[in-house]
Amino acid sequence: MAENKNSLGKELTKGILKENPTLVMLLGMCPTLAVTTQAKNGIGMGLATTFVLLGSNIVISLLRKIIPDKVRIPAFIVIIASFVTLIGFLLEGFVPDLYDSLGIYLTLITVNCIIFGRAEMFASKNGVVASACDAIGMGLGFTLALFLMGSVREIIGAGQWMGLTIPVMSKDPMLLFIMPAGGFFTLGVIIAAVNKLSKKKTPQELGCKGCPHAETCGKSGGDCQ
Amino acid sequence: MKSLMVILLSAMLTDNFVLSKFMGICPFLGVSKKLDSATGMGIAVTFVMMCATLVTYPIHHGILVPNDLEYFDTVVFILVIALFVQLVETMLKKCIPSLYKSLGVYLPLITTNCAVLGVTVLNIDNSYSFGESMINALGGGLGFMLALVIFSGVRRKLEYADIPETFKGVPSTLIAASIVSVSFMGFSGLFS
Repeated sequence: MAENKNSLGKELTKGILKENPTLVMLLGMCPTLAVTTQAKNGIGMGLATTFVLLGSNIVISLLRKIIPDKVRIPAFIVIIASFVTLIGFLLEGFVPDLYDSLGIYLTLITVNCIIFGRAEMFASKNGVVASACDAIGMGLGFTLALFLMGSVREIIGAGQWMGLTIPVMSKDPMLLFIMPAGGFFTLGVIIAAVNKLSKKKTPQELGCKGCPHAETCGKSGGDCQ
Repeated sequence: MKSLMVILLSAMLTDNFVLSKFMGICPFLGVSKKLDSATGMGIAVTFVMMCATLVTYPIHHGILVPNDLEYFDTVVFILVIALFVQLVETMLKKCIPSLYKSLGVYLPLITTNCAVLGVTVLNIDNSYSFGESMINALGGGLGFMLALVIFSGVRRKLEYADIPETFKGVPSTLIAASIVSVSFMGFSGLFS
């Protein structure tokens, strides 16, 4: 029992640091770059994604023995898209401000590689409780990464942070940081910092790890060419 | 006619899907290492974007809106795209094997490319007409290809550069992307 609990704890915490979906596994780049002009949006997007991830992981792991292997990709997509529609309604009803600022990227949670990747790699192979823990861990890791990105960009680019005005920065904010170019730059620097801190010997490459088509693609290895 | 031109060019340049809307970053970073694969991916994405628009537009306006089912957009669209990609793959394999050979590998990857879903949803959000939607899809696809092709050139040079150990790989690629994105900012204000 103790061992069981231990491994569940591991599922929960691995997503936050060791296998952080954004900063280490490099999945879900689109929302990471797009909505993080403000720290608040980062948290909102992160939590919305966590909700979808939790729901889809639970449902997929419950149905993992029922869904035939051949139609699993369309089946997963429908389950994920349903949860996205649901969170869209919830946000529109209760937090309309956030709904407006996330805009189209809320719909695009459907094609977030993190959710698809976890469904394919974890939920379709593991039990419900483990899948739920995995989803919460990954979701929190994603939220944390988005919050970090959002904070850096908001402080440097707008001189504000969560509604507070930063004294020195607000005088001459570097507008570039809240523009698209700043997003790429900030993410590059943060990933470099993570590489440095984790003292990785080999530089990180975009892999096929999270790619849902890794099996059919057959070109496992460094890049999906 | 003039407004169609504006839609085409703004989808390609000022509102470039990759560099200013951040859609399709994964293939942008993954497939932009070589020029020929960047071109192949770009053509495949343009093709699927236009076909997806061709199918989702009538579905939205013909079936979902009259029945007050607009909230099914996401589910229906993504399913249509997934099925469509599958269909195109099978058809190409049977009918034009030579094209399949060059595009085949990229097709399955397109289902999870958010630019394709993005363009279909944006067409509905902006309440474009059918013609405008198709032009927007064409422009989006061409813009995607443009970004990929330009960036594959940048990355070739980057391979010979002496980069600090920590920045090797993805960080340097992202920073290079940021500079390419700055160059696309030059187009902003082209159409007001």
